[in-house]
Amino acid sequence: MASTLVTERVSVTPAAEAIIDQLREQHGALMFHQSGGCCDGSSPMCFAVGDYLLGSRDLCLGEVHGCKFYMSAQQFDYYKNSHTIVDVVPGRGASFSLEIPLGVRFLTRSRLFTEDELANLRPVETA
Amino acid sequence: MGYQRPTFQDKYENYIGGKWVAPVDGNYFEDTSPIDNGLVTRIPRSTSKDVDLAVKAAWQAAPAWGKTSAAERSMVLSKIADCMEANIERLAVVETCDNGKSIRETLGADLPIAIDQFRYFAGCIRTEAGSVTNIDDDTVSMEVHEPYGVVGAIIPWNFPLLMAAWKIAPAIAAGNCIIVKPAEQTPVSVLILMEMLGDILPPGVVNIVNGFGPEAGKPLATHPDVKKMAFTGETTTGRLIMQYAAENLIPVSLELGGKSPNIFMESVMDADDEFFDKAIEGLVLFALNQGQVCTAPSRALIQESIYEKFMARCLERIAAIKMGDPYELTTMMGAQASNDQFEKIMSYIDIGKQEGAEVLCGGAAYKNDQYPNGFYVQPTVFKGHNKMRVFQEEIFGPVLAVTTFKDEDEALAIANDTLYGLGSAIWSRDMHQVQKFTRGLQAGRVWVNCYHIYPAGASFGGYKNSGFGRENHHMMLEHYRQTKNVLISYNKNKLGFF
Repeated sequence: MASTLVTERVSVTPAAEAIIDQLREQHGALMFHQSGGCCDGSSPMCFAVGDYLLGSRDLCLGEVHGCKFYMSAQQFDYYKNSHTIVDVVPGRGASFSLEIPLGVRFLTRSRLFTEDELANLRPVETA
Repeated sequence: MGYQRPTFQDKYENYIGGKWVAPVDGNYFEDTSPIDNGLVTRIPRSTSKDVDLAVKAAWQAAPAWGKTSAAERSMVLSKIADCMEANIERLAVVETCDNGKSIRETLGADLPIAIDQFRYFAGCIRTEAGSVTNIDDDTVSMEVHEPYGVVGAIIPWNFPLLMAAWKIAPAIAAGNCIIVKPAEQTPVSVLILMEMLGDILPPGVVNIVNGFGPEAGKPLATHPDVKKMAFTGETTTGRLIMQYAAENLIPVSLELGGKSPNIFMESVMDADDEFFDKAIEGLVLFALNQGQVCTAPSRALIQESIYEKFMARCLERIAAIKMGDPYELTTMMGAQASNDQFEKIMSYIDIGKQEGAEVLCGGAAYKNDQYPNGFYVQPTVFKGHNKMRVFQEEIFGPVLAVTTFKDEDEALAIANDTLYGLGSAIWSRDMHQVQKFTRGLQAGRVWVNCYHIYPAGASFGGYKNSGFGRENHHMMLEHYRQTKNVLISYNKNKLGFF
């Protein structure tokens, strides 16, 4: 029997949830934007809602622990077949992402969707 | 022969107005070496208060510095280069310690290129002339270049001193004072350089403020008295820098990385000669600086007809890459710059395997017996197709994605099927074929029968999502100054309107 539950495109690990809670206390409502390009790119950036100007062509892939998760439409083209897991690891990253001062860095891990999941994915929304 | 881990002070301060200034709030963060994850030193964790001090000090120096003669500024840049050259070993070993790259690269590439950057701009500003036009018999138009005054720069961690040089040299050559925020992972080498320079630079011309992006980078990028921002990094922060610049209506230059194609046509195997040997090295250059280069040749496109034989020779060369102690001159690959980079690279190796890319070599961390706590990754080669994520996203590690093509048109189509356009290369013995690629590749740099050379005077910058602005070239002077038109009338008669 096919599941009626929608397959989420993005999820979060308990360790990342704990950091999100800590940051939310300090900065209020948060969001993520997946970065591309060099250095600290190919990583999710965490900002206070309103600090990062979303573009009309940014896509929302879903929500993790109360934070909307965005990326540019062009980049989504390569993410559409994989589930994105927001995790956190120790390490001194650069960038303007809010967790940097804590000495940890958000990281995305990925898992390819199964055929069944692909048939029932959460639709993306424009920002 | 090897070098020793260098010694450092217990802590460093910000360099503001020619003085070492403690952070206003008194906070520091720990700077560690990715070679062994050991403590290097403590670095100021600055805030907007420290950025304000630096901007003030820079503006105090700006009027006088902006009015110095080109000869005087040129001499200062030359002295900086001479000082770096005299201290090249110390700077190289510090850079190796803070960044993790092998000493043979810091001694052979990072430092010599950084030194030459100062000499290049010292020369540029001596050969410049503005333009004067006789608009008509008694009207003369002069185009005069003037500095912005105070500019800001955010430096990446992959080439800490070299990228600082790429920003500082043209900025101060153009007559600006600059505030530099080094990367959190690699803050110390530029501080040690400032220590060495002593009073070569007038106080306030170059100011270094350390700290974290959200706490020190943001106040710098949003500061209303900073008149231009230069940034090297990734796309989300690049957009943020533009957003902040929009608030203050200032220009920016951005360099945001790439996924550069390295194309090998079948003629490279026409002979087993020096050129073929060079082409093999050309592919293996994906491992230079542990793959942490914006222009890393991270996609190799190989003509189908030579694929098996060519790849076999390349894999032999990759297997000969010597990893180990970054302080040893024979070590070819050192540590990745930080733990989070290491984890990110491993996550992409995992994605590549999940997507069904074939692992031709590597595919795992490297166990460094001498430094079990450091962050090392084996040179890794995936074979797959260009729609896979390991072909499309910048991994910034020693991970090469290889695919094949049938003919020129397919090679160009694959090469340009990327969001980015920073580097690219074509390897061929056929000059007509080369011409098709040099015009067809959508990238700010096309290397022909070479890769990873960065001589000053060869412009560097991106097409597409890789950013804009052209560093490493006298064009960069234009990004650091504004043009004033002086329009002179020698005619004594009025216009006649009023």
